[in-house]
Amino acid sequence: MVPHIHLTVNGKSYSAEVEARTLLVEALRESLGLTGTHVGCDTSQCGACVVKVGDMSVKSCTMLAVQAEGLPITTIEGLAAPDGTLHPMQAMFREHHALQCGYCTPGMVMSAIDLVESHPEGLSEEQIRHGLEGNLCRCTGYHNIVKAIAAAWPLMHNKALPQAAE
Amino acid sequence: MSIDGIGAAIKRKEDLRFLSGNGKYVDDLSRPGQVYAHFHRSSVAHGVLKSVDISAALKCPGVLAVFTGEDIAASKIGGIPCGWQIHSKDGSPMVEPLHPVLAIGKVRFVGDAIAMIVAETKQQAKDAAEALVVDIDPLPVAADLTAALAPGAPLVHDEAAGNICFDWHIGDKAAVDAAFTKAYKVAKIELVNNRLVPNAMEPRAAVAEYDTSSGDYTLHTTTQNPHVIRLLMGAFVLGIPEHKLRIVAPDVGGGFGSKIFHYAEEAALTWAAPKIKRPIKWTADRSEAFVTDAHGRDHISIAELALDQQGKFLALRVNTKANMGAYLSTFAPSVPTYLSATLLAGVYTTPAIYAEVKAVFTNTVPVDAYRGAGRPEATFLLERIVDVAAGVMGMDKVAIRKLNFIPNSAFPYQTPVALQYDSGDYNATFDACLKAADYAGFEARRKAAAAKGKLRGIGISTYVEACGIAPSAVAGALGARAGLYEVANIRVHPTGSVTVFTGTHSHGQGHETTFAQLVAEQLGVPVEQVDVVHGDTAKIPFGMGTYGSRSLAVGGSAMVKAMDKIILKGRKIAAHLMETDIDDIEFKDGKFTVAGTDKSKTFGEIALTAYVPHNYPIEELEPGLDETAFYDPKNFTYPGGCHIAEVEIDPDTGVTSMIAFTAVDDIGRVINPMIVEGQVQGGIAQGIGQALLEHAIYDENGQLLSGSMMDYTMPRADDIPYILVGTESTLCTHNPLGAKGVGEVGAIGSPPAVINAVVDALRDYHVTHLDMPATPAKIWSIINANRPQMAAE
Repeated sequence: MVPHIHLTVNGKSYSAEVEARTLLVEALRESLGLTGTHVGCDTSQCGACVVKVGDMSVKSCTMLAVQAEGLPITTIEGLAAPDGTLHPMQAMFREHHALQCGYCTPGMVMSAIDLVESHPEGLSEEQIRHGLEGNLCRCTGYHNIVKAIAAAWPLMHNKALPQAAE
Repeated sequence: MSIDGIGAAIKRKEDLRFLSGNGKYVDDLSRPGQVYAHFHRSSVAHGVLKSVDISAALKCPGVLAVFTGEDIAASKIGGIPCGWQIHSKDGSPMVEPLHPVLAIGKVRFVGDAIAMIVAETKQQAKDAAEALVVDIDPLPVAADLTAALAPGAPLVHDEAAGNICFDWHIGDKAAVDAAFTKAYKVAKIELVNNRLVPNAMEPRAAVAEYDTSSGDYTLHTTTQNPHVIRLLMGAFVLGIPEHKLRIVAPDVGGGFGSKIFHYAEEAALTWAAPKIKRPIKWTADRSEAFVTDAHGRDHISIAELALDQQGKFLALRVNTKANMGAYLSTFAPSVPTYLSATLLAGVYTTPAIYAEVKAVFTNTVPVDAYRGAGRPEATFLLERIVDVAAGVMGMDKVAIRKLNFIPNSAFPYQTPVALQYDSGDYNATFDACLKAADYAGFEARRKAAAAKGKLRGIGISTYVEACGIAPSAVAGALGARAGLYEVANIRVHPTGSVTVFTGTHSHGQGHETTFAQLVAEQLGVPVEQVDVVHGDTAKIPFGMGTYGSRSLAVGGSAMVKAMDKIILKGRKIAAHLMETDIDDIEFKDGKFTVAGTDKSKTFGEIALTAYVPHNYPIEELEPGLDETAFYDPKNFTYPGGCHIAEVEIDPDTGVTSMIAFTAVDDIGRVINPMIVEGQVQGGIAQGIGQALLEHAIYDENGQLLSGSMMDYTMPRADDIPYILVGTESTLCTHNPLGAKGVGEVGAIGSPPAVINAVVDALRDYHVTHLDMPATPAKIWSIINANRPQMAAE
């Protein structure tokens, strides 16, 4: 028996037939063709697959596609404005050279957005580094990722960052 | 220069697609009719493969085929070849056992592929693997260097007595022995260079296709060097001529060396594609990557340094045992030999050096080049023994280094271990780094930390490495089975935009930006008018790919050569158009000018004339503006510099915190300083990982205990400090750009800086060395066993 699911991703409705055991990330990549979300491990350690489900950032390898039925999902493909204007986090990742091979980048950006949104009171360097516990990057040494997130905070909250990250 | 040319920190061209989820990695491909392969792998490290019963698996839903070693043996295809041959001391060639595409007769490591299942879906292929009946008679296991070298150790390959692949040496043994008899003091160290798993974030993947009408094969694969894969797989394994085999490496998510090599999965998929007649895709799980991607490092060394009364180094003697794993990976034999022992002079004038290297087979994953490849091992050994020597002599660690540096006046400097360094200024990078790290102020910081009960330490590493690999004839004489030049094809289009085809490959290095800047600068065109194409053997002339920090020094030099041809042709066309002699034509900032006049033609006008040759010297000059150049380097390049680490240890827990890391490197010409900084920071993070966190650990049965990202400690954001990076460049003297290379310096220079800092922090605990990774458990044990009278608490 193959479940038929309806997913709302980046504001668009999709329907797909997936096996019950299909992970959300597999459905996104293989059934919906949204290959921006990546798979970097099989133990929920690397965070390359982070997407937003409802109002939570989620490792899409840790939930089944059928569990996402009816919940709004945002992936890396849905961040930029329709005219191509980058989300402030995407823009700051580019500005601060926070990506090299690009493979961890989608999950890193999705986690970073959640980190900034969930800290309206401010964000220290230590909090940023701790907040990235669930995301691995092998290229950058994190230096520029931390800088990019600190630089995105004022843009996303429309005020100066109370506690400078540097 | 143009504002976005050489030296400008412009933002990367490749970022927009990566940031918007539009990268195209191999696993993103979905070909019409695509089916999926799954490799069933050995769960025992050594055993006789008695039988593989595939009958039940074949009946599973969706299964199209199951292939085993018997099919491989029957098809008479070759084994996976090794690209570098080392000869032992006695002149005999290294032992080079057959590495079958799927295991035949025996399995030799956990992860050895036994069968390939092809099915309609990935899950069906995996499900069918559960139905395979594999009968293996386990054999005793040689799980590490010590076990493999023990008397009576089980043999990984019957033809390799004592598990020795080769027993090699370099240098002047007699001169070294003589120097040791005259030594005032001798520093000695025994150390392990810990085994690592490269763990590029993108797991390996491949899609093989066969066109039944044309007979053409196409393999999309996660490689750093598509032409090398085409040559190795086409010519040596499958017997497919190059013109029928296309290799494409699209966006690749990090390599760090692990994607240089030709892997068995690529050959198995390509071999099966015409049998299945549908595209076959395979993507490694991370767990699979842990037991199939070539591992790095894994050396055990004993070193002795002879010193005179002043502290000058007289001679260095090194004995290394290097783990090759179960089979020889593509460049494995070169790593502990010509990429490592040749670096043992380091930045010092040591007049006599002798090194012996035994390469050893074990029942583990093959070991090969990982970021730095041999040079981190040499640098770790040297920078550790220099610190030990400072202790033995009672000398300052800065003073002993300065006393022994190769002076600027000595370049070109011939080392006693084959290499000739062309340039460098070791005092300049050292002094700049000492200043940037506030070395002078360390004592105050140490005291302040001690007041809080913390043990603070500072560690120095001054290093040189050899990259820009490599002069073909030299590499060939040393055992390379390939040329190591690079190619560039510069295609100027009729309206003056430019496409650059390079044989190098970018998997994070930002070549699409750096090379566009180089070409924009030389040809005087805007950087957005230059596109860089890489990673497709159907588009690019034969090139050697990216590894050994070679892309700018070798590939960039090929671009300069090709652009020289473009400019010369442009001058001929301009001379014709402006009715003057070619010697009167100057080319600058994108304009061909008649010298001393205001008569000029733009680069675009010349390009258009070349493709619309109405008024054109057609008798002497072909139309078109499209030039190719191959560049074979004259020497290796020699980046170097200084890395300084500062750590703080909590004596109650043994936990080391990285407080600061400072690097000042000489990498030659810098094209994009932003990208350079990122490369150095990333390499240093990997070096910190090696020094404090990462370790591939096998148990005595050959099971990889740290075989997942839950067990193998990858550096995370809170393990790494901000990394301060500077450059103090001298230019390479033998390539047209003066470029040296930057990809590996971070991973080469940093591990000894970190360990020297940890040892310094433990100065009250009678420690002269501890092996990497310096885990809390190791450090806590040392502290607990050697509590001094005035312990920090």
